[in-house]
Amino acid sequence: MAINHLAPEKTEQFADNIVGFARALRAAGLPVGPGAVIDAANALQVIDIGSRADVFTTLEAIFVKRHEHALIFKQAFNLFFRASEEWKHLLDSVPLPDHAKKKPPPASRRVQEAMSQPQMTETPQRQEQDLRLSVSDKEVLQKKDFAQMSAAEISEALRAVERMKLPQAELLTRRHRPDARGLRLDLRRTLRASLHTGGDIIDIHRLGRIEKPAPIVALLDISGSMSEYTRLFLHFLHAITDARKRVSVFLFGTRLTNVTRALRQRDPDEALASCSASVEDWAGGTRISASLHNFNKLWARRVLSQGAIVLLISDGLEREADSKLAFEMDRLHRSCRRLIWLNPLLRFGGFEAKAQGIKMMLPHVDEFRPVHNLSSIQELITTLSRPLPPHHRSLIRSAA
Amino acid sequence: MTAAANTSGALPASVDAMLELLTSRGYLAERSLATVTYLSLRMGRPLFLEGEAGVGKTEIAKVLSAALGRKLIRLQCYEGLDVSSAVYEWNSASQMIAIRMAEAAGDTDRDQLSSDIFADRFLIKRPLLQALEPDVAGPPVLLIDELDRADEAFEAYLLEILSDFQVTIPEFGTVRAPSPPIVIITSNRTREIHDALKRRCLYHWVDYPSAERELAIVKTRVPGISAKLSQQVVRFVQALRNQDFYKSPGVAETIDWATALSELDARSLTPQVVGDTLGALLKYQDDIVRMQGDALQKVLKDATSD
Repeated sequence: MAINHLAPEKTEQFADNIVGFARALRAAGLPVGPGAVIDAANALQVIDIGSRADVFTTLEAIFVKRHEHALIFKQAFNLFFRASEEWKHLLDSVPLPDHAKKKPPPASRRVQEAMSQPQMTETPQRQEQDLRLSVSDKEVLQKKDFAQMSAAEISEALRAVERMKLPQAELLTRRHRPDARGLRLDLRRTLRASLHTGGDIIDIHRLGRIEKPAPIVALLDISGSMSEYTRLFLHFLHAITDARKRVSVFLFGTRLTNVTRALRQRDPDEALASCSASVEDWAGGTRISASLHNFNKLWARRVLSQGAIVLLISDGLEREADSKLAFEMDRLHRSCRRLIWLNPLLRFGGFEAKAQGIKMMLPHVDEFRPVHNLSSIQELITTLSRPLPPHHRSLIRSAA
Repeated sequence: MTAAANTSGALPASVDAMLELLTSRGYLAERSLATVTYLSLRMGRPLFLEGEAGVGKTEIAKVLSAALGRKLIRLQCYEGLDVSSAVYEWNSASQMIAIRMAEAAGDTDRDQLSSDIFADRFLIKRPLLQALEPDVAGPPVLLIDELDRADEAFEAYLLEILSDFQVTIPEFGTVRAPSPPIVIITSNRTREIHDALKRRCLYHWVDYPSAERELAIVKTRVPGISAKLSQQVVRFVQALRNQDFYKSPGVAETIDWATALSELDARSLTPQVVGDTLGALLKYQDDIVRMQGDALQKVLKDATSD
């Protein structure tokens, strides 16, 4: 029984149901546009809507565009189109979420703070304070451990972090673009130009290879022992994500969460808020080995495939340090172009790799760096812009 | 729908007919896959198939083209794929000769020259442009394989082609397909494909088959295999997929392995023969190492017990 065989009022009802279902999916977080709703209505015209399985597959092919969403879709479908197949009562079966109860958007905190700023009369004093901070304290701030900063210092550091620009360690791609000093001849343009002169070639056009920055993948430890640093690092990662295209960010404590999409939001507060909303194990325990295993299995092939640089930000304090941890580190090391471990514990002068976890991980990293204050982040940036090790050099050109 | 109707190249008229069509060519599809394939044909929308390597994504394009009697045009994607190797290129050498010939003949009309030079006969058509051309057998099947390997710039270029089925060549004009080709896009998810492209397609995640279906696939694709061995092979592979491997074996690997065992005249799975041929199933040294000794014995025991 196809839909066009139905009576007109039934067809209308059916369309209502599709719209209602699409709204429910949207409320559940699936990106469902109006185009998809039209598609769905068209698709249901050509299949047998008597078969629940076929309707399921059809709607899934249209509404689900990422494998991760398949589970949500399945639940929504089962809820919405209950087994009774009674199409009439479907629309009011799913309560749509109450938008009024939503928390105020994250950026509003800043707006509120801005509104409650002291009045104009107090301004001169503040300026004085800022001036003082900018001259002598700036150097102190550079060296000060993030963990020991006051609230004001942290906000100053955040601003500094946001200003930092990551230099582009360029990868040569195999795509070309017009380039007067390029090595390859652009016959097509040369020929076209020659037509102006009746077929005589005067200018030779050339092509050069397009360069693009190497992708960066950051794995940030958000367990309790790292809690004083995570917010700052997240700001740093947000600043990078904002500035360049191919950056993926994962958070891990006891489990691994991909927050790349959350960090893509322009406003840092909003980005960080949606980041923490998507993480379930904030400031909990650490399971580095299990998290790395998950990363290697589910994500490594997807995000490391184009010669990525991995930043592993963790203190390496792992309870279950065994051969598995070394194995996963080794695998990670072999699947990326460069593995840089950033460890805030390195701030202590006499740091020795005594913890079992750190011993296990150390042999598998290309670089082991401290990251606890502004100057160490600055150094990291310098490192990232340096040419890569010799066996990769043929592909890389660092932009000084 | 009968087999006779299929040879005429007509599109199947229902999901069941689609299923039958695929089965007639030895492709045993899940009903869900047949449904989306049928929909994509009926709605004229590209079909976007994602899933692990070796689950039969590419195969379905081949089977479709054979079953419908359409030409198969395959575009294998790679990093750096650009317009000149995917869509079209001008045959510059021939153009150059044509200019010289015109010169020798004393022809100096510039406008005439440029319209002669940028004519159809100097255009080298690459897969995407070929797919837009009319064909007597009906619109071809265009397979855009492993799109995740191409870079974002190429993906963005595809947007126009996939929604309007037309290509604009500056010197030549716009080429538009009289009727849209059947487009199958596959991805192994080594990179996320942009939502804008997925939105233009019907999306389907191709999963590993159930044990029952896999057994049927092995019997169809490896005809000489004994019932006992094929059952053991499928059980063994299904057990491997439950293990935590870096790369689980796909259906293609199952078929390879069954073929290998059948070539070796194996009657049933023994530790010796499995150990020798494990490379047909597992492609990472770490995974092979994990499948030695006790682990192998255990899986083998489960697979061979009746």
